[in-house]
Amino acid sequence: MSSLGRWTRRSRPLFTLYVPVMPFVLFALFPLYFMVVTSFKKNAELYDVNAVPFLIGRGVTFGHYELLSKETLFWSWFLNSLMVSLAATVISVVLGVLAAYPLARLKFPGATSFGVAIFVTYLVPPSLLFLPLSTVVARLGLSDSLWALVVTYPTFLVPFCTWLLMGYFRTVPKEIEECAMLDGCNRLQTMLRILLPVAVPGVICAALFAFTLSWNEFLYALVFVSPAELKTMTVGVFSELIRGDIYYWGGLMAGACIGSLPIVVAYVFFLDYYVSGLTAGAVK
Amino acid sequence: MRLETLNDAAKPAVRGEAPARWLSRALFSDASAAYAFVAPAFFLLLFLVAYPFVLSLWFSLSDARVGETGNFVGLDNFRRLLGSSIFIQTLQNSMVFTAAALGLKTVLGMALALLLFRVARFKRLIRGAVLLPFIVPTALSTLVWWWMFEPLYSVVNWTLKSLHIVNKDIPWLSDPYLAMFTVVLVNTWRGLPFFAITILAGLVAIPRELYEAAESDGAGPVSRFWHITVPLLKPVLGVVILFSAIFTLADFNIVYILTKGGPMNMTHLFATYSFALGLQSGQISQGAAVSLFLFPILLIVVFTQLRMVRRATTYE
Repeated sequence: MSSLGRWTRRSRPLFTLYVPVMPFVLFALFPLYFMVVTSFKKNAELYDVNAVPFLIGRGVTFGHYELLSKETLFWSWFLNSLMVSLAATVISVVLGVLAAYPLARLKFPGATSFGVAIFVTYLVPPSLLFLPLSTVVARLGLSDSLWALVVTYPTFLVPFCTWLLMGYFRTVPKEIEECAMLDGCNRLQTMLRILLPVAVPGVICAALFAFTLSWNEFLYALVFVSPAELKTMTVGVFSELIRGDIYYWGGLMAGACIGSLPIVVAYVFFLDYYVSGLTAGAVK
Repeated sequence: MRLETLNDAAKPAVRGEAPARWLSRALFSDASAAYAFVAPAFFLLLFLVAYPFVLSLWFSLSDARVGETGNFVGLDNFRRLLGSSIFIQTLQNSMVFTAAALGLKTVLGMALALLLFRVARFKRLIRGAVLLPFIVPTALSTLVWWWMFEPLYSVVNWTLKSLHIVNKDIPWLSDPYLAMFTVVLVNTWRGLPFFAITILAGLVAIPRELYEAAESDGAGPVSRFWHITVPLLKPVLGVVILFSAIFTLADFNIVYILTKGGPMNMTHLFATYSFALGLQSGQISQGAAVSLFLFPILLIVVFTQLRMVRRATTYE
């Protein structure tokens, strides 16, 4: 009786918690699993209506990855994405730190309205402004160059970084800064030497999110850059692996796998930063 | 103050640099330092957000085409849009899409958050897995959904047929109503982690004592949920829903990749229709007018959120 009681007590969370959570986990992971499986499957099996689609039954192939490397500009797209994302991230984090500091700490005329402006631009979806922005990009002579993306990505990254960092800066006690000021540091020195080292987690979080958002960006990259060799990864895979009516599904999935990999790796290492960044926008 | 005089007395040699110091004080006085720090971000947003926005307003009031500035035509574009059946369809699609996706994400997100809150074993693993769809590039993950709903080799159809639930292929992306269902499903898949994790953060912030007190008063789990959890989660829920409302309504990637707005314009949203008009047929003026329909909703969200933030701070 007592052992049965213990058993039911122990297995209760299994049925009320872990069993109900499973469908959610499956729903989240299945498409990603299927992406990986498809990318390693031979075409003969891929396009066999009777084959079980969930598993690889007739041997693993790297053919789709080969096709990607040899017959498309995949690695150029990868490199383009990397360069654009790194550049946009550096610019946005620097501008974000600079803007967040006075907004979080200093009193100056216009502070509130600039704070509101940052908040509003934070909420502006890229699909609201891509048409006029393409005109601006053309007038600046940046169409069909990666600079178009380096310049425009900060428009949604800077508000995000500023908003996130404001929250972090506010949690640092004012006193340590005042001590530094009394020792003769100016505002810039105080920020760089005192506040920034304390706010490192916030800066990492902002950088991670900025990189992820740039890496994942699709609309601006689709609109502002059209030469095949200058495309970013998200656009390249989508637009160059579908030729007319021919869909290279294996290649598409292989591209999606490699394209997601850097973000997934970063995510595995910095899960907690991602979680805190995700909730910062809404909860703080 | 005392420290400063001490400092000055201790370093008489520095006195010779007084003018330089005065200059740096003036330069780095709080207000001027603040403006200097804020300036780069300010000018970036001025030239690449505010100016394009004004340009967008001008486009929508003109007959501009790609490469031409165009002439002022008043509200012609809007009048023409409201008389066009495709635009009315887009308006209707947007409402259906946003309402359905937000509803699903809220209900499922709440359920998932309540479950995640109690998960103790494999906590990081489960949370990490559930969050993944939000991190993976949408443009790439939507490709796999496309493949999963491919007309001939759809894994979904294969499963349904193998289980004898249906006996012929379901046209997920070529039937107008099913296509809407599919884009809503993919949007839900991608957005659910954001809801779940944010609601979870809200749940964690609710003081345990309230539940203990209610429990000792004899309140069951259901009444605790409705009388403690829901009211205390309201602010977080409000922010999440409003925030997601903008980005769901403005969705481009999922619809563009899965259906391009079809079949028969039944899944066009503002973003994809504005793209089709402005870039594919070169009617920038009409395209800008379509995308501007996102703006009022943006304003409503901003106002409500700011009011909520203010109420929260005065409450403290």
